Amino acid sequence: MKRFLKKHLATALLFIFALIAALLFIMPTVLTISNSFMTEKEIMANYGAMIENASSDKRSYISEDLNLKFIPDKVSLQQYTTVLFKSPDYLLKFWNSVILVVPITVFQVLLAAVTAYGFTRYRGRVREIIFFAYIILMLMPYQVTLVPNYLVSDWLGILGTRWAIILPGIFSPFSVYLLTKMMRRIPKAYFEAARLDGASEIQVFFQICLPLCRSAMLSVGLLVFIDYWNMVEQPLILLDDEAKYPLSVFLSQINTGDVGLAFAVAVVYMIPALLLFLYGEEYLVEGITYSGGVKG
Amino acid sequence: MSDTSQKKRRLLREKITSWVWLTPSLIGVLIFFILPFCVVIYYSVLDNPIFANFVGFENFIKLFQNSAFQLAVKNTVIFSVIAVPLSVVLSLWMAFALNSRIPGKSWLRSCFLCPLMVPIASVVLVWQVIFHNHGTLNQITEVFGMAPVDWIKTNWSYGVLTVMFLWKTLGYNMILFMSAIAGIPQDIIEVAELEGASRFYTFLHIKLRYLSPSILFVTILSIISSFKMFREVYLLSGDYLESMYLLQHFMNNTFKSLDYQKLSSAAVLLSIAMIVIIGILFLIERKYGEDVEE
Repeated sequence: MKRFLKKHLATALLFIFALIAALLFIMPTVLTISNSFMTEKEIMANYGAMIENASSDKRSYISEDLNLKFIPDKVSLQQYTTVLFKSPDYLLKFWNSVILVVPITVFQVLLAAVTAYGFTRYRGRVREIIFFAYIILMLMPYQVTLVPNYLVSDWLGILGTRWAIILPGIFSPFSVYLLTKMMRRIPKAYFEAARLDGASEIQVFFQICLPLCRSAMLSVGLLVFIDYWNMVEQPLILLDDEAKYPLSVFLSQINTGDVGLAFAVAVVYMIPALLLFLYGEEYLVEGITYSGGVKG
Repeated sequence: MSDTSQKKRRLLREKITSWVWLTPSLIGVLIFFILPFCVVIYYSVLDNPIFANFVGFENFIKLFQNSAFQLAVKNTVIFSVIAVPLSVVLSLWMAFALNSRIPGKSWLRSCFLCPLMVPIASVVLVWQVIFHNHGTLNQITEVFGMAPVDWIKTNWSYGVLTVMFLWKTLGYNMILFMSAIAGIPQDIIEVAELEGASRFYTFLHIKLRYLSPSILFVTILSIISSFKMFREVYLLSGDYLESMYLLQHFMNNTFKSLDYQKLSSAAVLLSIAMIVIIGILFLIERKYGEDVEE
């Protein structure tokens, strides 16, 4: 009996602890969403002190302290209507993000599927060395790969354009690594059988391999999307025109200006990522699981 | 035609088709990563791209003497040394906790994974409000009678960065560990327990050994994400801040001044450092987990 109690007490304590931790983890997200439903005035009253160079007469009615508030006094869509209908600038930046991230994600995953098929199709020594080189390349931080990217973009004359981000993004080895690991788990007999039935190489790829890899490609695509949706380093270095900056870079400057709108803009930016999360959490977990272990 | 020559021809065909599938990606990787990186190595031992005199290690020596580089390396190393082990240990612990018998596991998992999906840019305002001079954290510490601290602009910035780093990376690492824990063969643990091994003993000598490849990988991943913390700093405080001057800041500033020598030698140096770190981790893992079959 005593042992029974002790065991349950431990579980209960663990659960409470995990619950608190979990709440802390989602708190910033929840706060951002709930604050986006405040009126601009309420935001200014609570967070106005963040604008350091606000004029002194404006200061008088702004409290010195920042008050983190969970629940708005009055639920209002004012921020959203301003963002969506009155200031086209934000939507433009959002669009900047989309036209960078969507091509990178789609083409990186498709190209990776083709490449992974090559790595799976035949495993020789040279291919294994190349695959290892891909892994090393994948593990290099931006600070290393951005320098070559910059040089090539300069030579090709695409520096400052979106291509300077999109093209290296498409060839990034991350999804090749993941998809190869997933594809190598498909039993070889599937491919052999199709070949014996007279299917061509292209048919085997499109009709056997791709359908079997559908969920794998979704998982990889999700991980790639998050990574690029978050990007800050590449646009700062490879784009010359601030008008082309994605919203992720731009959001850092918003607190010096439109604090009243910042939360709604943040939520708008979060929505695609959150929807993908809600829709594809299982795929995400699968993708992360496969990324574990460097050994092929 | 004899059987063996037919087999040989088939093998040759297999090899060639496999190369055909690999070609597009290989061309891209060569053009965008490998070839320019060779040029980067070449630049790093020249005095300048126009006269192209070989100067050996001079650029590297200059780089080491550069105070901005020293500061950037120091800050990045300090941050990684604090944050990476914390992230590995905490996520391992969380993975064990979620693998034990507690209710609501899938809900908890979703909560821990959520930060991975949420763009940092979106929640940076909340972090700013918390760590601001007149922000939430200082209001809380004030209640306990402590003097307000400027979290972002003093050495406390490491703490702020660590919190944001853990928030972002723990979920990912935890999933990796959870799948690794599920792969530990149960029969070995049962046998050990039957023979009277303590829980601590089975943890140290069985579970940790089976987990060592994952620990290695999570450590490498965390080191890489710790290099990405520039994002958080940039979003939190704008471009420049001495208390959080990281390697990426150094690179950005060097890009602005287009100092190819400095840029290339920094990139070469950093890649060597990464390869050494990864190599050492591999050796440790091989030594520690050698008698465990994959």
